Amino acid sequence: MPADVRPADVRPVDARPAEIRTLETPPGDALFQMMLRVGDDHLVMGHRISEWCGHAPMLEEDLALPNIALDLIGQARGLLTYAGELEDKGRSEDDLAYFRTDRQYRNCLLVERPNGDFGQTMLKTLYFSAFMEPWWRAACASPDETLAGIAGKAVKEAAYHVRHSAEWVIRLGDGTEESASRMAAAVAALHGYTPELFEVDDVVASLVARGVVPDPEALRADWQRTIDGVFAEALLEVPHVPYPRTGGRQGMHGEELGHMLAQMQALPRQMPGQAW
Amino acid sequence: MVSAAQKIAPVEDMASRRAWDVAAAVPDPEVPCVTVADLGILREVTVKDGTAIARLTPTYSGCPAVLAIEMAVEAALLGAGFEVKIERVISPPWTTDWITPEGQEKLRAYGIAPPSGGENSKRALFGETTVSCPRCGSIETEKMSEFGSTACKALYRCKSCLEPFDYFKCI
Repeated sequence: MPADVRPADVRPVDARPAEIRTLETPPGDALFQMMLRVGDDHLVMGHRISEWCGHAPMLEEDLALPNIALDLIGQARGLLTYAGELEDKGRSEDDLAYFRTDRQYRNCLLVERPNGDFGQTMLKTLYFSAFMEPWWRAACASPDETLAGIAGKAVKEAAYHVRHSAEWVIRLGDGTEESASRMAAAVAALHGYTPELFEVDDVVASLVARGVVPDPEALRADWQRTIDGVFAEALLEVPHVPYPRTGGRQGMHGEELGHMLAQMQALPRQMPGQAW
Repeated sequence: MVSAAQKIAPVEDMASRRAWDVAAAVPDPEVPCVTVADLGILREVTVKDGTAIARLTPTYSGCPAVLAIEMAVEAALLGAGFEVKIERVISPPWTTDWITPEGQEKLRAYGIAPPSGGENSKRALFGETTVSCPRCGSIETEKMSEFGSTACKALYRCKSCLEPFDYFKCI
């Protein structure tokens, strides 16, 4: 079993001083919270994939992965900029990206998982983009014009990510003995994080009721069809998940997110306001 | 198919027309054979009280050239004596249908296969598109990589003349 698999339901106790803990993002407006969540999903996913730059197994993938990361970070920029506008406290996309701690991040746990091997990264990309593609498609019809505008661009990019990652999952799953066993291990490591994509709490429910964001439940059949179709061709089994890993939306993350943010935020935190 | 020229708002007055001509001539920083007008990313230029308001749209959400393009358009308009305001518009989203027929020809002559067919947002797992080689015109081509040297391009190879080439992805 890969070393990075740890039960996420063992949650760390927040032992930080009270004055630090009160810096948590206040509940505020539901749409602000939602844009923060989706924005964080894309920023963290994009940063993780960008870690492959210069390390991909072949030149074509060394071009493909940073391109996918660029799409995701571009989408994150639109979402976080909008979150900052909704919050109306003068926080820019950069303030939100660089000056929040892991406990203030609202991404789902799937996207923060360390990359693992190339197959694991492709599987994670498939799980995520197979959810986001129908999400963006539905969001194109949102009465919120800014969200619909971001969705109009993102839906096509997400479709490319589904196709690219699906091709690799099939190729590796139905590949050599070595690649097949690695893909099976990737499924075992990551599948338990997928139910969180469909999680509905008050924030999601209130926005779904107003028709502002897509109902994740309505996307489940679409997602499942994509995954089932790819897994059938990849000779992979869809596992049963007895204990879904969740908590990201409440800021309860694995320690790996903190390590990722430490690297991502080092420069702006050491030299706030630095530009070139 | 509605051409980009029809979709872009008509320019009303002389100052606006002059500002449009200045902005429209700015080349794309990554594909310098085409201008921002050829690509359809310059949506509109209007002049109000001496200030040229240029409305531009990004091709991809994360396109790193967006800022460079905005700065280049700003510089061109400043050089022509206008005060400048750049507006980034994301709706309606840019698609490859916004590339003008002239832009498509310039891409081909430059060695980049222009997007084939209309916009294609439908997910087609392993969906095949016919892409003809910009050098020899053969349709015996194969996709090497879904992602090329920039986000908007894929990498292809011609099986007739054996040359690799970029294909401007259809989105």
